[in-house]
Amino acid sequence: MPSPAFHAPDTVEGVVALLSGDPTARPLGGGTDLIVQMRSGRIAPGAVVDLKRIAALSGVRREGDVFVIGAATRCTALKDNADLCAAWPGVVEAANLIGSVQVRNRATMAGNLCNASPAADSVPALVAAGATCVVAGPAGTREVAVQDIPVSPGKTSLASGEFVVEFRLPARGARAGDAYLRSIPRTEMDIAVVGVGANLDLDAEGTCTAARIALGAVAPTVVLVEAAGAALVGTKLDDGALSAMVEAVTAACAPIDDKRGTVAYRKAMAGVLAKRTVQIAAERAGAKA
Amino acid sequence: MNRIHVNSTINGDVTEFLCDPGASLLDVLRDTLHLTGSKEGCGSGDCGACTVELDGEMVCSCLVLAAEAEGRTVATIEGVAEGSVLHPVQQKFLEHAALQCGFCTPGFIVAAKSLLDRNPNPTETEVRYWLAGNLCRCTGYDKIVRAVMDAAAELRQERTAA
Ligand SMILES: Cc1cc2nc3c(=O)[nH]c(=O)nc-3n(C[C@H](O)[C@H](O)[C@H](O)COP(=O)(O)OP(=O)(O)OC[C@H]3O[C@@H](n4cnc5c(N)ncnc54)[C@H](O)[C@@H]3O)c2cc1C
Repeated sequence: MPSPAFHAPDTVEGVVALLSGDPTARPLGGGTDLIVQMRSGRIAPGAVVDLKRIAALSGVRREGDVFVIGAATRCTALKDNADLCAAWPGVVEAANLIGSVQVRNRATMAGNLCNASPAADSVPALVAAGATCVVAGPAGTREVAVQDIPVSPGKTSLASGEFVVEFRLPARGARAGDAYLRSIPRTEMDIAVVGVGANLDLDAEGTCTAARIALGAVAPTVVLVEAAGAALVGTKLDDGALSAMVEAVTAACAPIDDKRGTVAYRKAMAGVLAKRTVQIAAERAGAKA
Repeated sequence: MNRIHVNSTINGDVTEFLCDPGASLLDVLRDTLHLTGSKEGCGSGDCGACTVELDGEMVCSCLVLAAEAEGRTVATIEGVAEGSVLHPVQQKFLEHAALQCGFCTPGFIVAAKSLLDRNPNPTETEVRYWLAGNLCRCTGYDKIVRAVMDAAAELRQERTAA
């Protein structure tokens, strides 16, 4: 492959300057998408800008009740933060379904998001969680909902010179739980046919007060299905509410037909997985009471 | 294109090399440093034949840029045996005939050792999940899994004896 320039700046401003100076330059997280695409000749960036030399970009920290996850944090490192695992098990599990241990020791959630694959595993979990990302660019920083980053397969809403600095996961109520499940033809090392993230808040009586359901691999981008969440709010997650949620999920699917699954199969599986995911999130919410 | 000067510690030795900015760590290990134990199977992170440890975590060296290794430590298959004494994982691979063509073996051994360094008492399921990123097209995996389980048992014994 033609050799790009390699930079490893140690400040966020340094990254922005390099990205702004060359519109073909790409940030390098774990490289598990970027290097594969460079080697196959699919892309030939003029420069690669490694994000891993900026101390603040690697690791998980707390700001009050908010978890801040640096964009260069590898997926396996998320598991080392016990508080994060307790508060957002679905997000941590989703990131740790990606590839193999070798891949997860490099892969980041920011790379997963910015590669903009509709089947990216951590993204439905982050969207269900209501996560935002802080984006740095020539005009300063802005905070964006995770679901507003991908716009179509391989394309993001990031402007020239912009990159994701960190994720922010909101504070958690006492009775809250999240989960992510995917369906793949094998048990490991495959791309999701369907992925579902769910995030619930319950009150003391077990009534659902907030619900977010997000789907992967059934549309050109990960989708937040507001109607599916709305079908659960105000209920005790009885069968009727779950059926209404499944109906909303199925209606939101606009999948492709490919070797991994037909349109009909993906739609049916989305419903099945959504129900299971909500049940796990509900158990987790209850278990914290 | 300007070549990059990189300092890293490879199998315990302070090592300097020059590389193209786009070269992979695997390219440098094999072609510049002549550490040809790590293999390129797929070049896309699927097969694990190029597995090495980078700062103590196993990665596919085909998906690491050599320039990223600046200031980092790298452990390859060449550093697994101590002189002529094989590591228990290597010994058990021989005893269980856990290889045929041998191309995937360096990656499996680095990965298996990385597991046993962390968890000397894995279940078979844990072994199989840990090794899911290593492909073998000869053995059908069963002998590999048995060799790793047996190496774990031996390491536990060594530890209790010590
Ligand atoms: C063998 C194998 C198996 C895989 N299995 C899965 C799987 O099961 N599920 C799944 O979802 N994915 C899978 N992937 C894809 C990949 O590992 C993930 O998408 C991973 O999360 C990418 O993260 P990364 O840090 O390696 O990204 P990189 O490759 O570093 O970057 C990906 C893209 O995002 C850009 N980028 C990176 N960081 C930022 C940032 N902070 N701001 C802006 N842009 C950025 C890069 O420029 C590049 O365009 C697999 C890959 C391999 C090689």
